[in-house]
Amino acid sequence: MTNIINVRRNRFLDTPLAGGLILAFSLSQTGPSQPFGSSPLAGSESSPADFLRIGPDGTVTMIINKSEMGQGVYTSLPMLIAEELECDWKQVKVEPAPVASVYNNPITGMQMTGGSMSVRTEWERLRTVGAAAREMLLAAAAEIWGVPKAHCHADNGVVFHDSGRKLSYGELVEKAAEIPVPAKVPLKDPSAFTIIGKPVARLDAKTKVDGTAIFGLDVKTPGMLTAVIERPPFFGGIVKSLDAAKALAVPGVAEVVKINSGVAVIAEGFWAARKGRDVLDIVWDEGPHAGISTDTIRQHYAALAQNAGKVACDKGNFGAALVSAAHRLTASYEVPYLAHANMEPLNCTIDLKDDRCDIWVGTQAQTLHRAAAASVVGLKPEQVFLHTTYLGGGFGRRGNPHSDFVVMAAEVARAVKKPVKVVWTREDDMRGGYYRPFWYSRFSAGIDKSGNLTAWHQRLVGQSIMSGTVYARRLIKDGVDTTSVDGAADIPYDIPNLLVDVHSPMVGVPVQWWRSVGHSQNGFMVESFMDEIAHATRRDPYQFRRALLKDHPRHLGVLDLAAQKAGWGSPLPSDRARGIAMCESYGSIVSEVAEVSVSPDGKVMVHRVVCAVDCGRTVNPSTIETQMEGSIIFGLSAALHEAITLEDGRVRQSNFDTYPVLRMDEMPLIEVHIVHSGEPPGGVGEPGVPPIAPAVANAIFRATGRRIRRLPIGTVDREKA
Amino acid sequence: MISLKVNGKMYEVDAFPDTPLLWIIRDELGLMGTKYGCGIGRCGACTVHIDGQAVRSCTTVVASAAGKDIVTIEGLSAGGLHPVQKAWVEEDVPQCGYCQSGQIMAAAALLAANPKPDDADIDRAMSGIICRCGTYQRIRRAIHRAAAMRQG
Repeated sequence: MTNIINVRRNRFLDTPLAGGLILAFSLSQTGPSQPFGSSPLAGSESSPADFLRIGPDGTVTMIINKSEMGQGVYTSLPMLIAEELECDWKQVKVEPAPVASVYNNPITGMQMTGGSMSVRTEWERLRTVGAAAREMLLAAAAEIWGVPKAHCHADNGVVFHDSGRKLSYGELVEKAAEIPVPAKVPLKDPSAFTIIGKPVARLDAKTKVDGTAIFGLDVKTPGMLTAVIERPPFFGGIVKSLDAAKALAVPGVAEVVKINSGVAVIAEGFWAARKGRDVLDIVWDEGPHAGISTDTIRQHYAALAQNAGKVACDKGNFGAALVSAAHRLTASYEVPYLAHANMEPLNCTIDLKDDRCDIWVGTQAQTLHRAAAASVVGLKPEQVFLHTTYLGGGFGRRGNPHSDFVVMAAEVARAVKKPVKVVWTREDDMRGGYYRPFWYSRFSAGIDKSGNLTAWHQRLVGQSIMSGTVYARRLIKDGVDTTSVDGAADIPYDIPNLLVDVHSPMVGVPVQWWRSVGHSQNGFMVESFMDEIAHATRRDPYQFRRALLKDHPRHLGVLDLAAQKAGWGSPLPSDRARGIAMCESYGSIVSEVAEVSVSPDGKVMVHRVVCAVDCGRTVNPSTIETQMEGSIIFGLSAALHEAITLEDGRVRQSNFDTYPVLRMDEMPLIEVHIVHSGEPPGGVGEPGVPPIAPAVANAIFRATGRRIRRLPIGTVDREKA
Repeated sequence: MISLKVNGKMYEVDAFPDTPLLWIIRDELGLMGTKYGCGIGRCGACTVHIDGQAVRSCTTVVASAAGKDIVTIEGLSAGGLHPVQKAWVEEDVPQCGYCQSGQIMAAAALLAANPKPDDADIDRAMSGIICRCGTYQRIRRAIHRAAAMRQG
């Protein structure tokens, strides 16, 4: 149970804080205290941290513990508080939370934003915050008027008495701050919701259209220098020798320092730093990975796939079922390394003093990144003050579990002892690693005489993203990184004999999660192979899936809604075809139908995408719609165009000229349909991504007879049809 | 020294003549609304107006912009929001928001030249500006809305 204390009573009573009510959680209720064992990350907090301040002017400041990276948490999370607080929405302001364990995600035990978890983990506690504050404001008014609290009610930032008397929240905060925090507060029945479930416009829209939103790259501190870092051309390379004379001769260059990951040029402004870096003379020790290439990785993985891997799921008896099957089908699939390519290249600003370190960074992993910086600069985590800015895209990259972009900046700060902003160029960002892994999968299926799918085997080969991270203990089980098989080992289809096994080779290419993580590859592979089986059994791919989901009403509901809204089965212009896919991830089910044509020279055009989503109870339908739209574009961009490839250890791509992404002229018309549901809220930031690649690939098959088994699709070779 | 006119104000800047205008705007003038995204003119996050045209400031050397009329997102509209910005808010366009200054500057230049663009016009004018959050559909709607606003 949530335990709330009133900080003002305990701590701020004597501070010059401009009056007002402050609500905070005690530190005793933040979920697993040491979810990852005795972790050095936590640090200790002496001060409780607040979630809500109401000022005497009625301003309601909500302190949001999740990073705003476009997914709309600076609107949807305030809605949770406001629903119960009954405040005036126009008075709501948002402030990014500092780092404190009270802000931890209760599942991971760390302050972080990811896994499409924000609404899911805050759903109850933020409503409780709002309700507790409302009860205190009601009690304050009742005391002032000398009336029973039951005769008072709150609405739009005002407490009313049945007699018609009223006091605004601003007028009540002084008194409310003296009211004991209720031990237990009633939460509204969902039928009484007035904000939750209604489309609400983003609170951060204005600051994002007038240029005033501050992203990490926009941070300015007095006396701040700018650094760029030259890194080895190969992953794992190190500096053998350095001649910085020419760089130091560039006007504006202040210092050149060697750090663990390369050489930093520190200057007055970005351009001087860049010019200095251009003339560095560095001899690199190539390190152990100078020989790797995508082609050799592919061969290596295909060879590994000949042998059994670690078993992630073994239901029934796949081997026997395959032997007795009337028909067998096999296929291999492959997806490339992918860059996140956030529009805001990575960056981090640090002001390091003897006993205090301030960090300004767009991060998805406050606890981890603060701890990593503290360790580099030799301070305790609580001496490091991390200020979360707006994130110019996250997609997982800014939650790097190795803290790469923060550690580099901390190393530079330690060396220069002046405030410094480390800026990654686009090329640094794209070649800096931590990609979505390259994956290879070998599928086999058995089909009985009546055309029923009786046996399914997927063998995956790809790097573990969790290996060597703080998450390994929880997420690597019996040698299987559970995120590798997300969307593979847990497919909802009723298949009596199911085997999923996985190889996790060490390759030397830095990898991490990428929007929708394991589902990003498995969604494509599983839903494409499912389509192959439907075709092989001469069944309609939509009906084929339906038959395997008889006991899954939510899945059927989503699939049916997508098919119906897309006009599945209705005539299309002769050059167009539809493809369907459905994936479940992060507590939500999404089905997408893509309408595609392929030109005679093989160019793919996706004309329309119909998306149906069941994400349980909805908080902000407007956010859900935009997240589905954005996920479809993000996934389609990767499916059609994106690949990071290596040759002789070097990343071949460097910028948007060699790593093309989807632009407006390729944008399909997107329709989003939300299933009405009373189930608990599911995630919305990622679940829209997995189904789009297979929906498009399946449509291409129907349009051309060409089965896409390797991404990116690029242009379709119609000759092979 | 190079003389620059930005948002109606004159500045004298001391810089390498080959410095991209983007970095003068950001590092010297402190106007942070114009964003760095690629440095090679392929993403459009740095789009500003030079003499009314939408231009990529990351590939425009500062010397070539001397004496010209430069407008950044901060100077797009002197009083309140520009119709394009209003339409952006009404359509709830921004997600992460990082590319939106560039998108808005490009859209404003498009509408100044073509008050009633069709979808093909919008594709031509806007495809140079990348949004990784995938707000394209709303950008298109917002441009149509802004066009209607200006005519209404």
